[in-house]
Amino acid sequence: MTHAVHSGGAGQAAGSPEASGAGPLTRSAVGTGQRQPRTAPLTDGKVVLEAAEIGRALTRITHEILERTDGASDVVLLGIPTRGVPLAHRLAARLSQVEARPTAAGSLDVTMYRDDLRLRPARALRHTAVPATGVDGKIVVLVDDVLYSGRTVRAALDALGDIGRPRAVQLAVLVDRGHRELPIRADYVGKNLPTSQREVVQVLLAETDGEDAVLLGPVGAR
Amino acid sequence: MNRHLISAADLSRGDALLILDTAEELAQAADRPIRKLPTLRGRTVVNLFYEDSTRTRISFEAAAKRLSADVINFSAKGSSVAKGESLKDTAQTLEAMGADAVVIRHQASGAPHRLAGWVRGSVVNAGDGTHEHPTQALLDAFTMRRRLGRIDGLRVAIVGDVLHSRVARSNVLLLRTLGAEVTLVAPPTLLPVAVSSWPCEVSYDLSGALPKADVVMMLRVQAERMNAAYFPTVREYSRRYGLDAGRLALLPEHAIVMHPGPMNRGVEIAAEVADSPRSTIVEQVANGVSVRMAVLYLLLGGAGLAERPAEVA
Repeated sequence: MTHAVHSGGAGQAAGSPEASGAGPLTRSAVGTGQRQPRTAPLTDGKVVLEAAEIGRALTRITHEILERTDGASDVVLLGIPTRGVPLAHRLAARLSQVEARPTAAGSLDVTMYRDDLRLRPARALRHTAVPATGVDGKIVVLVDDVLYSGRTVRAALDALGDIGRPRAVQLAVLVDRGHRELPIRADYVGKNLPTSQREVVQVLLAETDGEDAVLLGPVGAR
Repeated sequence: MNRHLISAADLSRGDALLILDTAEELAQAADRPIRKLPTLRGRTVVNLFYEDSTRTRISFEAAAKRLSADVINFSAKGSSVAKGESLKDTAQTLEAMGADAVVIRHQASGAPHRLAGWVRGSVVNAGDGTHEHPTQALLDAFTMRRRLGRIDGLRVAIVGDVLHSRVARSNVLLLRTLGAEVTLVAPPTLLPVAVSSWPCEVSYDLSGALPKADVVMMLRVQAERMNAAYFPTVREYSRRYGLDAGRLALLPEHAIVMHPGPMNRGVEIAAEVADSPRSTIVEQVANGVSVRMAVLYLLLGGAGLAERPAEVA
């Protein structure tokens, strides 16, 4: 998801605005609600993944990608903004390290393809950067932080179709929190996290938030 | 952002930068095999043109179509307007057809403002009389930023027929918002009476203004709006206020030459200058589509009137 916060039910549609320009978030700052004016903020989030566990999950996903794609020679990683992009670059760095050859990584903004555009004011677009190799004939691995309704992934598939024709498309996510609304599943999952739709999952990454952590909490007191 | 785009003065610095940043991302889509985006599927954009226009109308049409909106083109010639229908009656017709946005060009200053009071959709001013042309100013700013990397602190000389130019007014307002320093260069007869209240400098000497300009924007001499003698002869105007190769050499190395088009070659701009690599005239046209896509997306892409909660609408 492009959202920083993956909250339940209608809160999903009215989720957080894009986090562009938001400074590094500390855990205490999460509760200020500054970035999620319409979603109740995560006040007392429980840490479900710590930095070391996120690192291990990404390493495991790296090896799974290598196994499933015969050495990842044709793989292009495309992260979905905001937090899918640093994750894609981290996976690319690990793949390059293991196979001793560079792996292409980029970003794919799906804003213009979303099905919930009409539910709130027009959103700022995020950057799309497709590696120079293109995606035609490649195995594209879409990378996102949280898999929830599956609607972002659907939008990403449409966006990808307008850029080229990959040989195959796979999906890697750091957290799968369930509650799918579309027939979409992930190929690589960092952690399966059973949640209630009333709960909020928040992924923090060093590149965007100053630290690595996955938090789970109830929707803040109302 | 406001629901309408009628004046460049309606845009805050944040709004203007959001439009330029959005246009930058959309410009990328123009290089893809499939240029179309599905974002405005099911929305209707009406191009309401009371005045002749080639590039602006085509540009808006291309922008709306690339966002998958339905486009209805309406020109005053050959329509009920020729039979004397008023703007208000036309507006009500458009309203009944369910236009989500009306792009209007009108010979009367203020027509888009009036129209905005009569329709529920968004109104985009595509040029009203001698008043404003905000999307032209946005695409000019976009072109400057692409070529020179910034707008803040740029020194921009806008030269020529300021009196009849909606482009000049919108540019002065927008460039000011974005932090550029604008100097208007024109004969005194072609400056508006109230120019002293505009947020810019005024000069009567083109050759003196050029050496310190990062951007020189030449305006078209709008002979069709001139009902009096504003300058003795075209030749004299061209000698004093035209940009020829000699004057081009006075510009700093990095400076660019802009023109909103259509050009009067040999009057305000010499052919060799218009075709030089420092001229951005063709780029401006291409950038126009990206910028208008950004405007249409930001006005129509989100919650529309039907979907918007009552307290917001």
